[in-house]
Amino acid sequence: MSQAGARVSLEAVYRTEARRVLATLIRLLGGFDAAEEALHEAFAAAAEQWPREGVPTNPYAWLVSAGRFRTIDRWRRQARLAGALPQLAVLAEPAPEPAMPEAVQDDELRLIFTCCHPALAPDARIALTLREVGGLTTEEIARAYLSPAPTIAQRIVRAKAKIRDEAIPYEIPGRADLPDRIDSALRVVYLIFNEGYAATQGPSLTRGDLCAEAVRLGRLLVDLLDEPEALGLLALMLLHEARRATRVDAAGDLVLLENQDRLLWDRARIAEARALIGQSMGSRRIGPYGLQAAIAAVHAQAPSTDETDWAQITGLYDVLLRIAPSPVIGLNRAVALGMRDGPQAGLVAIEAVIGEGGLGGYHLAHAARADMQRRLGLTEAAQASYRRALDLARQPAERRFLQGRLDDLAVRGAP
Amino acid sequence: MRYACIIYYDPSVLFGGSPEANGVLAQCETHDEVLKASGHFVAGEALTMPDEAMTVRMRDGKMSAVDGPFMETKEMLGGFIIIEARDLNEAVQVAAGIPQARIGTIEVRPIVDFSQPRPEL
Repeated sequence: MSQAGARVSLEAVYRTEARRVLATLIRLLGGFDAAEEALHEAFAAAAEQWPREGVPTNPYAWLVSAGRFRTIDRWRRQARLAGALPQLAVLAEPAPEPAMPEAVQDDELRLIFTCCHPALAPDARIALTLREVGGLTTEEIARAYLSPAPTIAQRIVRAKAKIRDEAIPYEIPGRADLPDRIDSALRVVYLIFNEGYAATQGPSLTRGDLCAEAVRLGRLLVDLLDEPEALGLLALMLLHEARRATRVDAAGDLVLLENQDRLLWDRARIAEARALIGQSMGSRRIGPYGLQAAIAAVHAQAPSTDETDWAQITGLYDVLLRIAPSPVIGLNRAVALGMRDGPQAGLVAIEAVIGEGGLGGYHLAHAARADMQRRLGLTEAAQASYRRALDLARQPAERRFLQGRLDDLAVRGAP
Repeated sequence: MRYACIIYYDPSVLFGGSPEANGVLAQCETHDEVLKASGHFVAGEALTMPDEAMTVRMRDGKMSAVDGPFMETKEMLGGFIIIEARDLNEAVQVAAGIPQARIGTIEVRPIVDFSQPRPEL
């Protein structure tokens, strides 16, 4: 094989195999740092040998074995210099051949569950998952989160120290813990997606990359887990992605669902999401992600806001509210009810949800109330609600939208 | 990406003759080879004591050259290693393996990419 050919395939192999090789090396070598060094050495060995000897038929197995061999060799040399090291216990155990596909998948799952371990702070889970499972560099994560790289680097160093010091086991959780641990992994992926989706600050391309990475992680979870909620989460992310381009106009201003150009929604993603929702519904174990995806799918199917099946959406919110009660879900249900039964019913429902507490500081609650009041012609009340929402909103595009509504009301409301 | 690992240490500790310090000194002579073998090494040098140095400035076209710098802190700049690493976390891990890290301090700094905009202060 030519040198250039070997270089190209090495890069391709890095993209497809590096994270899987790392996942196995962590198990074989007993820690992140040793495994990352071994991964680096394995690719260094490949860069040297593959141009000469050709790309091996199973690059994954070759890289795992090269990384493991080189690390053990280095530990032996160090042990001779410094007296026996504790790691040498690892060397005494013969490692099983890691080439079976199921074993590789188990290692990938071990890595995901470890990075999303509930003992780690949520920030740390996100940073660690993006770097170790997603393969992003520290600097890429820092850019996406608009944070200084040393802040992210330190978060990762501390998370790894915690995994080591508290001896967090590198394992797939047992049956009793599994549902909670799956929840934690799904939540990490959804938080990554939301960060990319909701934020309108910063260089927009990088934020979109974060969504793409979350979708990629979501696909990985679907492949690795027999879990309807993984299907639901992936479907939900695909449906949001399908209409991302229409959410903001050329000036960066927010476009409401009712004004979005539905012809620009990505039909292929919507179709894929609907198939996933079908699969998830078929399992008869539908959860919050599956339900939210089903709601998003009703919107995605409708030709316009008026022709949306609001009765079905309200019904889905009723189920969602039963299995995952939260004030925000209650608010969304109240808005859907307003669309189904008219603004008076919507306003009553929204005020009931706000009255129950927990939403006082949530700008969208006041914006939703304002919208119903505006539809009912209650101009002064609507203005007060929009002002309250504006006081609480932080994102520039949302603030511009709310200010625009206030300006409209000032013009229309003038005697 | 390239990173500079800038090494600081207290010479009275590094050359103080403790077994720990002597171990560090013995290892740093060959540490470049370790970094070459792992593919991280780009360049690196150890520096002599600051009392052998000159400090140069050009102001209004005139050069001033004085001896020193004189140390204001106990730790002095003792050397640097330029490494190639995938990201800041890998660079930090490589820096942790530099023998002087056990006695002194290593500052890890990304090398400037001139295609990027200048920092805004």
